[in-house]
Amino acid sequence: MARESLAQILLTTILSGNFVLAMFLGMCPFLGVTHSVAVAFPLGLATTFVIIIASLSAYLLNWVLGLAHLEFLRLICYIVVIASAVQLVEMYVKKHYPPLFRALGIYLPLITTNCAVLGVALFQTARDYDFMQSLTFAVGGGIGFTLALTLLASVRERVELADVPEAVQGTVLVLMLAGVLSLAFMGFAGLGG
Amino acid sequence: MSESVSSLMAPPSTWEEFTEGLWKRNPVFVMVLGMCPTLAVTVTAMNSLSMGIATTFVLAASCFLVSLMRKMIPKEVRIATYIVIIATFVTVTDYAIQAISLDLYEALGAYIQLIVANCLVLGRAEAHAARTPPVEATMNAIGMGLGFTLSLVMIGGVREILGAGAFFGIPLFGEHFQPWVVMVLPPGGFFVMAGWLLLFSILRRRSQMKADAASVEAADALKTSGACHGA
Repeated sequence: MARESLAQILLTTILSGNFVLAMFLGMCPFLGVTHSVAVAFPLGLATTFVIIIASLSAYLLNWVLGLAHLEFLRLICYIVVIASAVQLVEMYVKKHYPPLFRALGIYLPLITTNCAVLGVALFQTARDYDFMQSLTFAVGGGIGFTLALTLLASVRERVELADVPEAVQGTVLVLMLAGVLSLAFMGFAGLGG
Repeated sequence: MSESVSSLMAPPSTWEEFTEGLWKRNPVFVMVLGMCPTLAVTVTAMNSLSMGIATTFVLAASCFLVSLMRKMIPKEVRIATYIVIIATFVTVTDYAIQAISLDLYEALGAYIQLIVANCLVLGRAEAHAARTPPVEATMNAIGMGLGFTLSLVMIGGVREILGAGAFFGIPLFGEHFQPWVVMVLPPGGFFVMAGWLLLFSILRRRSQMKADAASVEAADALKTSGACHGA
């Protein structure tokens, strides 16, 4: 596992191993806030940003816990440290880049409880990635998340005008669209090994 | 549930707390909470059952503790406290599953630890356990957990039957069965979940239409009887 090349990790996490469509991480925002591309795309970018921070802090934390032989505290530490790191970043952005904060503002705290963020930390530990691999995994995961969110949002915008039977509307329709998208992404299997 | 049985089992309110999550407010099909594990691990009925039991344990234990400590936890840091409590029980579950069955542990993988990010657990702790006495809170949590388990097994069962031709690992269709592989792949999760929701939505509409028709009929009957009386 640890010998995967960076390009391989990047391609896999964006396409065939997409965080949302293949690993089912971050389903809540995927089903909840994909009404329009205008909301989905910034949310995807904000999540990418948080995922990268989470991945970096998890990597450092795992190293520290490994030195102290406290692996059983991993989960508790991950979630507390990631939540605090996001909080710190939020405060920093709020003070120094107010426009960016206004753009991300509402989403940042919500993203902390997104399973994609914790998922990155857990999967990179489970797969024994080194520092560069973890970083690539996080970047790829974020791009894949943004891609899936934007795609589903644009499909939902198109379907809005279609004549859909009443029983299918709502969550059922979103799940079906997500299934078709996921089927399409399965076609990338094998790409990048 | 009839009156006599409910009074036998427990005081009515506690029993209602327990049954609420089972069906009427089912966490997956009605509230659409905790979707990540719902779709990710429901490849076989066995995986779904274990995931459901693990989540039920975490949910019940953390709701009990949250409810017990609800007067001690300061309001400002309550979410952080809940998360630490939940993470503790998830770690316990994680190590317990690893000790019980390594195969299962490998099949469920990081998704056991992801129970901590399941919105269902934090949602119940915040919305229910934080303002209810321990017994009721625990009963409600167990009910919710069993409802969660039930819906997971419903999804996992269908996926296993269609995708592998088996149920709980027991082959159903003989050796000439051509498995419908897509069902055990990620898209199958979306499709089966959508199928169940569609079925419930159709049933709900049908019963609603029947109720509407009945009320219209009753109104008509009333009208005609009124007309008869008038004549």
